[in-house]
Amino acid sequence: MTASDAQRTVPPQAAHTPGEVTSRNPFARVSSLFTLLILAVLIVAFTLYSGTKFLNPNNFQNIAVDASQLLLLAVGATFVIITAGIDLSVGSILIFSAVVAAKVAVRFSGSPEQVKLYEFPTQEVGIPLGIAAGVLSGLGWGIVNGVLITRLKMPAFIVTLGTLGMALGFAQLLSRGVNVPNVPPAIQQEIGLRELASVDLGGYHYRITPPLAVTTIVVVIAAIALARTRFGRYTYAVGSNAAAARRVGINVDLHLIKVYALSGLLAGIAGVFDLLRFGTASVSTHQADNLAAISAAVIGGTSLFGGLGTIVGSVIGTFIPAVLRNGTVIARVQPFWQQVLIGGILIVAVYLDQRRRQAEERM
Amino acid sequence: MDGSQMTAPVLRASGINKYFGPVRALTDVDFEVRRGEIVALIGDNGAGKSTLINVLTGVLPFDTGEIVFDGRPVRFDSPQDARRHGIETVYQDLAIAPHLDAVANIFLGREYRVPGPLGALGFLDRKRMRRETEEQLARLKVRVPGLQRRMTTLSGGQRQGVAVARAVMWASKVVIMDEPTAALGVAQIGQVLDLMRQVRDAGIPVVFISHNMPHVFEVADRIVVLRLGQVVQELDPKTATIDDAVSGMTGSVGMTAARREATIDR
Ligand SMILES: Nc1ncnc2c1ncn2[C@@H]1O[C@H](COP(=O)(O)OP(=O)(O)O)[C@@H](O)[C@H]1O
Ligand SMILES: [Mg+2]
Repeated sequence: MTASDAQRTVPPQAAHTPGEVTSRNPFARVSSLFTLLILAVLIVAFTLYSGTKFLNPNNFQNIAVDASQLLLLAVGATFVIITAGIDLSVGSILIFSAVVAAKVAVRFSGSPEQVKLYEFPTQEVGIPLGIAAGVLSGLGWGIVNGVLITRLKMPAFIVTLGTLGMALGFAQLLSRGVNVPNVPPAIQQEIGLRELASVDLGGYHYRITPPLAVTTIVVVIAAIALARTRFGRYTYAVGSNAAAARRVGINVDLHLIKVYALSGLLAGIAGVFDLLRFGTASVSTHQADNLAAISAAVIGGTSLFGGLGTIVGSVIGTFIPAVLRNGTVIARVQPFWQQVLIGGILIVAVYLDQRRRQAEERM
Repeated sequence: MDGSQMTAPVLRASGINKYFGPVRALTDVDFEVRRGEIVALIGDNGAGKSTLINVLTGVLPFDTGEIVFDGRPVRFDSPQDARRHGIETVYQDLAIAPHLDAVANIFLGREYRVPGPLGALGFLDRKRMRRETEEQLARLKVRVPGLQRRMTTLSGGQRQGVAVARAVMWASKVVIMDEPTAALGVAQIGQVLDLMRQVRDAGIPVVFISHNMPHVFEVADRIVVLRLGQVVQELDPKTATIDDAVSGMTGSVGMTAARREATIDR
């Protein structure tokens, strides 16, 4: 609020209204600062402990690439949770999409005999088809979630718990439970690791690869869409008071379907990243990604009760575990400490957030 | 400007019946809203006030009866439909989205978008919405500390002020307020009652639902009493007393007597 606003709208007697107290309340802004502070403390601590091994810009690039998939999931989780929903299925959708992308890419890159010999005569067709199939299957699962939640009036927790199992089961059926074999290596070599652009700075060579570029673009668009567009406004409105939103004519069900579709779409893209980064689709990883994405959003200030949250917060909330993971490895701390620390941060972040909200809403 | 023109109803419902399953919530209700008046709709809890409002504004369908608006029979099939016709309602239960600010609430569902291609992408014209909100609130003398602050940080009176301002801002024909003074402090009640008079004096009739008799007698030009889903009385606050209204609401006059009285009144 600017000074001129204050002059215009606050009457003299309003000096004692609780709203005025809020801005001076120590808890009012503490939570968003808290998460940023945690991130800063972690970076400083690991730097002091491991020196240039951690502070090495190449290492930061590693952290960013490692975090890229979770960032996509956390962006989706932010929209979903702001609507007071939840999406437990994103990890499974990611796996499913990766398997579909790999299968389709293999199928259309050459005959079964050829691909067994690692020959991919038609990979110019197969690879784009595979990528598209992966992304679209994520979108498809998201739409299924949204339709089931709104049409059957089922709790999102139950529906996405169901699709979590189904998507994972289908992924395992499709892949027979093993990494999809004979994926054209060009997916990883020519696309995943391709240097789209590079920056030489302070003697280091930063490489912008497609996963990094796509993630950055998605995060920026999502942040703008949430803060500046009608889609974002309706996302908050639906989570804040769905009945009021309905009464002013917002198509709440359609909006929810779009939000779950977005979450699925982003999981689909993250699934394709598996191929881009590792050249294969594995069914044995990512199974805890759903909770990781939810805790990233929540650490970043998104309220599970809906109506509150920002993309910037979720980005910070994603990087805290990412930095922890990377830092503990470099510092040769037992990796199990990561989980202890992330769990503790989650609890403290939510506690502070609750305090902040109570302080704000006191009347 | 007086005579028939003055009293021609803007909105008239006649013979309305509404069932919730076996429960008959409204029985042969006749109700009209005339130009330049504040008509109070009173009745005990469960009398059917909210149901009648929901029927009039397209929130609920009704079983039999007729609604004439601006001289034409209508059947609003949604609250937006009623709103398009210039009828705005402050609903009792779900006024606002508490996590949004006042501007966002006032423009919820009617957001202005920036001109050009960015607008087509959904980009909001926040400056314009903010400016019009400021003008509107200033005109109505509703004071909201910090238009960009979440509604959760405002007092109950300030929130209600925003809800009322939203209705008044968009209404061109009728404003309906369902229990707008419930849960407010004395000063804020005064503000809301003033607001009602302002709206009426600007030529837009107000339907005021309440079961607070002093508030009703303070502002209403006409009082309609609902009991057990039926209109049992119509009172003129200049001649009737609060006791008359209360006995109508509670039925202590006796149902049949009250109905006869109402008939004779007309
Ligand atoms: N959605 C509904 N379903 C079933 N019964 C309802 C519903 N809404 C209201 N009723 C019933 O209709 C009657 C009138 O209720 P209402 O219009 O809310 O009264 P008021 O607003 O005068 O307190 C009550 O008996 C109430 O229980
Ligand atoms: Mg009511």
